[in-house]
Amino acid sequence: MLLYLARRLLWTILVVLVVMFVTFLVFFKLPNGDPALRFAGKSPTTASLAEIHKRLHLDKPFYVEYGYFVKNFAVGDDQGWPGLGYSYGNYVSVRSEILERAPRTLFLVAGAATLWLIFGVAIGVLSAVKRRTWIDRVAMGFALFGISAPVFWLGLMSLFVVWKKLGLTGGSGYVPLSDGIGAWFSHMILPWTVLALLYIAIYARLTRNNLLETLGEDYIRTARAKGLSERTVIFKHGLRASLSPIATIFGLDIALLVGGAIITESVFNIQGLGWLAFNGAITQDLPSVLGVVICTATAVAVMNLVVDVVYAFLDPRVRYA
Amino acid sequence: MTAAPTTVGGVAPQTVTRSGFELFWLRFKEDRAALLGAGTIGVLIVIAIFGGPIASAVTGHPNTEQYQQIMQDSFGLPKGPTSAFWFGSDGEARDLFVRTMYGARTSLIVGVVASGIAVLIGLVVGMIAGFYRGIVDTILSRTGDVMLAMPQLLISIGIVAACSSNKNGCVIAGPIAIQPGLALVIAVIVIFSWPYIARLVRGFTLSIREKEFVEASRSLGASDTRIIFREILPNLSGPIIVYTTLLIPQSILFEAALSYLGLGVPPDTASWGGLLNDAQRYYDTAWWLMFFPGLFLVITTLAFNLLGDGLRDALDVRAER
Repeated sequence: MLLYLARRLLWTILVVLVVMFVTFLVFFKLPNGDPALRFAGKSPTTASLAEIHKRLHLDKPFYVEYGYFVKNFAVGDDQGWPGLGYSYGNYVSVRSEILERAPRTLFLVAGAATLWLIFGVAIGVLSAVKRRTWIDRVAMGFALFGISAPVFWLGLMSLFVVWKKLGLTGGSGYVPLSDGIGAWFSHMILPWTVLALLYIAIYARLTRNNLLETLGEDYIRTARAKGLSERTVIFKHGLRASLSPIATIFGLDIALLVGGAIITESVFNIQGLGWLAFNGAITQDLPSVLGVVICTATAVAVMNLVVDVVYAFLDPRVRYA
Repeated sequence: MTAAPTTVGGVAPQTVTRSGFELFWLRFKEDRAALLGAGTIGVLIVIAIFGGPIASAVTGHPNTEQYQQIMQDSFGLPKGPTSAFWFGSDGEARDLFVRTMYGARTSLIVGVVASGIAVLIGLVVGMIAGFYRGIVDTILSRTGDVMLAMPQLLISIGIVAACSSNKNGCVIAGPIAIQPGLALVIAVIVIFSWPYIARLVRGFTLSIREKEFVEASRSLGASDTRIIFREILPNLSGPIIVYTTLLIPQSILFEAALSYLGLGVPPDTASWGGLLNDAQRYYDTAWWLMFFPGLFLVITTLAFNLLGDGLRDALDVRAER
C-alpha cells in the first residue's frame, strides 16, 4: 500500500510539473509584448525596464525562469508557502487572490456536484430498470438534450426566465455567506442547476449503460435465483458494481471544475478561480494563470487518490499491493 | 437451450447472406431518432451553404449592414423581432435572422474541419501506437495522457488571446505561424481533440492486430504497411465514423464557447457563440438575442449526437477497455 502510494505520488508530481511547464511555455513564449511594460508606469525608461526584468527574472531564458518559479513554489516567498508570486496585472499577491476567490468556486462546485450525483445516478437507475418504456425514453431524451445544450445558453436563458421574468431567484453576481444564507442560496441555485445539468445528463447515460451491462452478468442471475428481492439485486448487487467507473469520473470532474468552471462563472458573474484564470489568460497575466492551474492540478491529484480509496470500498476485488 | 433447427413442412429455414452495409442499414433505418438527426443535418448543411445569402436576399438586409435608425432604441439597445426583422437585431443593430443563418456556416465549417483534422491525426498516432506497441506506444500514449490532463479551455484561451493580439498571429516555429481567426480556433480545437481519438484508435488497433485474419495475412508474407492499411484500417471504419460524428458537436460547442468568451472568430464573422456573447451584454432585456442563436446551436449539436448514437448502435461499436 505504501509503495503504491509513493509511486502514485511521484507520477502525480511529474504530471503536475509537466502541466505547469506547458502552461508556462504557452503563456510565456506565445504573447507578443513585454510584461514588464505594465509595471513600468506611463513613461518607461530603459533603466526601469531592465530593473523590472531583473526582478521578474525576465532577462533569463524561459527555463531558468521556470526554475525560479518552481523553486519559489516549493520553498515559499515573502507571502509564505507556497510561493505563487505576484500578479502581472495589479501586483497583488496571487496567493491572497486565490484564497479570496476559492470559496466561491468551492461552493459552486460542491453544490452542483451534489445535484448531479444524486439526479444523474437516480435517473440512470430508473432508466435502466424501466428499460424500453416511455420513462426510459423521456429520461434519455432529456440526457441527450443535456449533453447538447451549451452551459452559456442555458445560463443566459435561465437568468432571463427565472430571475428576470419570474423573480424566483437572485440574479447574477456572487453574494457571500456572511450576507445571509437566504441571499447566498438564492444566488447560487441557478448556477448550481445549470452547471449540474450537463453532468446529470452524462452520469445518467453512464449509469444506465453500466447498470444494464452489470445486470446481464452471471452473478446477478445467481442473486435472482437465490430468491433475493429485485430491490436487493439491483441496489446491492447491480448498482454497487456499476458505480466504480462513476466514482472515477466523479472525482476527476469535480477536480477539473476547480478553476475550470470558466463559462459558468462568467455567465453568472461569480468571479471565482475560473474567472481569475480567464482574466489572467486574456491579459497575459502568467502568475495568476499558473496559480489557478496549480490549484486544479492539485485537486486532480488529491481526487485521484480519494477515488482509489473509494474504489476499494465499492469493489471488494480491488486490493492495493 | 440447444434445440435442433426446426424444419417446417420439410423446408429448411432460409439463411440470407447479408453484407456488413446491409446489416447496418437494416438496423439504422429502424432508428427514427437517428434518421431525424441525419435529416436535420442535411437541412443544416443546406442552410450553411445557401441560408445566409438567401436570408439576405429575402429580407434585403446584408450580413454586416447596421440598422441603428430602425433597430436600436434611444439608449442604443437592440430591438426585438418585427415583421421585417424576424429574429430582431443583434448588439450592433444588424439583422439577427441573417446573422444566425450565416452563423450555421461558421459552426459547420469549424465542426467538420476541426473534427476531420483531429481524427486524421488521432488515427495515425493511434494506429502507430497500437500496432508497434513498445516504446513508441509509451511515448505517444503518455503524450496523449498529458494533453488530456491539461486545463484545456484555459490553455486555449491563452493561445487564442496571445495569437490574436497581433495581426501576424504567433510564430510556432520558423515559417509556421497561426493567423488569428477561424484557422486559429480550428487549430486550438484540434490540439485538444486528437489525443482522445488516438486513445480510442489505439485500443481498437491493439485488439484487431491479435485477430486471426491479421495473423493469416502476416503468414502470407504481408508487410506492416499492408497489414495496417488493408487489414486494420478497414476494421476501424465503424469506430471512426461514430466518433467523428460525436466529435463534431463537441467541436461546434468548443468554438461557440470560445466565441461566447469573446475569443473565437473575428466579430464581423457571424457565429452563434459570438451572438450569444452579444446576448450576455443584454441578457436581462434582449431575449431574442440569446434564444435564436442558442436554439440553432442546440438543434445542431442534438442532431449530430442523435446521429452518432444511432450509428453507434447500428454499427455495434463499443469502446475497448
